[in-house]
Amino acid sequence: MSQKCCKTMNSSIMKKIFMGISGLLLCTFLIGHFAGNVLYTVNADLFNIYAHKLVTNPLIYVAEAILIIIFLAHVVTGIRLTIQNYTARSHKYYLKVKTGRGSTFASSTMIYTGVLILAFIVAHLINFKYGAYYGTTVDGEPMRDLHKLVAQFFMIKLNIGWYIGAMVVLGIHVSHGVWSAFQSLGLGHITYTSYLKVIGKIFAVFTVIGFSAFTLYALIQGGY
Amino acid sequence: MGGLSDKKITLNLKIWRQQDGIADGKMVDYRLNDVKTDMSFLEMLDLLNERLIREGEDPIAFDHDCREGICGACSLMINGQAHGPEAETTTCQLHVRKFKDEQTIVVGPFRAEAFGVHKDLMVDRSALDAIVMAGGFITVATGNAPDANAIAIRKENAELSMDAAQCIGCGACIASCPNAAAMLFTSAKVSQFALLPQGKIEARERVRTMVEKMDDLGFGNCTNEQECEATCPKGIKITNIARMNREFIKSLF
Ligand code: FES
Repeated sequence: MSQKCCKTMNSSIMKKIFMGISGLLLCTFLIGHFAGNVLYTVNADLFNIYAHKLVTNPLIYVAEAILIIIFLAHVVTGIRLTIQNYTARSHKYYLKVKTGRGSTFASSTMIYTGVLILAFIVAHLINFKYGAYYGTTVDGEPMRDLHKLVAQFFMIKLNIGWYIGAMVVLGIHVSHGVWSAFQSLGLGHITYTSYLKVIGKIFAVFTVIGFSAFTLYALIQGGY
Repeated sequence: MGGLSDKKITLNLKIWRQQDGIADGKMVDYRLNDVKTDMSFLEMLDLLNERLIREGEDPIAFDHDCREGICGACSLMINGQAHGPEAETTTCQLHVRKFKDEQTIVVGPFRAEAFGVHKDLMVDRSALDAIVMAGGFITVATGNAPDANAIAIRKENAELSMDAAQCIGCGACIASCPNAAAMLFTSAKVSQFALLPQGKIEARERVRTMVEKMDDLGFGNCTNEQECEATCPKGIKITNIARMNREFIKSLF
């Protein structure tokens, strides 16, 4: 029984489902992250209070743990898929040409864009979460001045450059990922598939432009 | 289409030659003159083989049967594409007129870990039969055939089922898939039954056993690249894969 269960969990369709669900959850995280960023543009104190409330809430550890599990599931499954798919054709083609009617740049580079995003996330955490600590006091309460850190970071043009670059990579990844996740979860359909693809592309453009805009906003705001 | 043409061209062929399943193969160059543009791709290979036989050489082995685009026996990677560059066309239905005089054409076998080369361009695709044998059928008592209209079937489902049943099992989806996945093939075989009342009875076991077999045989994992759909000579759609995913998810509960 347990062997059978293992087999089901390891089946190619289960891996698709894992990839799809974890990918979509990570996309919803992106939306949440975006909403948090919006506060940056509203008011420095508000942004700092939001960040403070977030990290001082004891539930943050549970949320972080869940996020890490989802993220690792996505990464590990992606790497497993890549290795298994590579070995599924050990004798490579002498010549292989794409039809031009199927696979896209985004779909054929998922593992590369994925690895780049992973590297970016590590850098991003080092830059901010584990970055320099500036203190401030809002309404008599001492807290971290994350707003100042962000503003300082994006005063350096090079940082803006590679952050926008990373967002383009993320955009490419989700432009295939979103549609692909729905297809994997069985929602592909003669007519809906084309809508799903459009939704994926819109989300990709939103990610690139939306997140890049904050870096430029921080630069223009400057101030420190 | 303007009738037959007398036009003849010369082709520079680069063909995979391999003695048997164990031997190492290699690409061999052949220059073939006087190829009528009205010939099919396989007739062109026949022409080359006749010459090789005359010259006392071993003819090139390749799979073929109906030569009408309905049996799924023919295969070949032609200039890097399964069944050549034409959409919804089997190799046997591809014509020399699609190529230019003096063009170089690279011809190789379908490749996947689950497929093996028998000889030259002939490929062992029995793995596909194994997937079908794992569950691609319905179990009914034999005897008198029941009245065809006794069971009401929604027209839309009947048509979608027929679309899936168009699959001729040639394996082009696997050959063109960057992951060597057999999802399109398996999903067509699952879908043709899943859409019909007769197929619903064993639906749960069918999708599980067929997917399990597909995985055991060493096919890759689908990553929704869509090269399968793009290359399928019968125009099988990846919506069948979505349906198989749904069937699989349903089978978990
Ligand atoms: S030989 Fe039958 S389909 Fe090509």
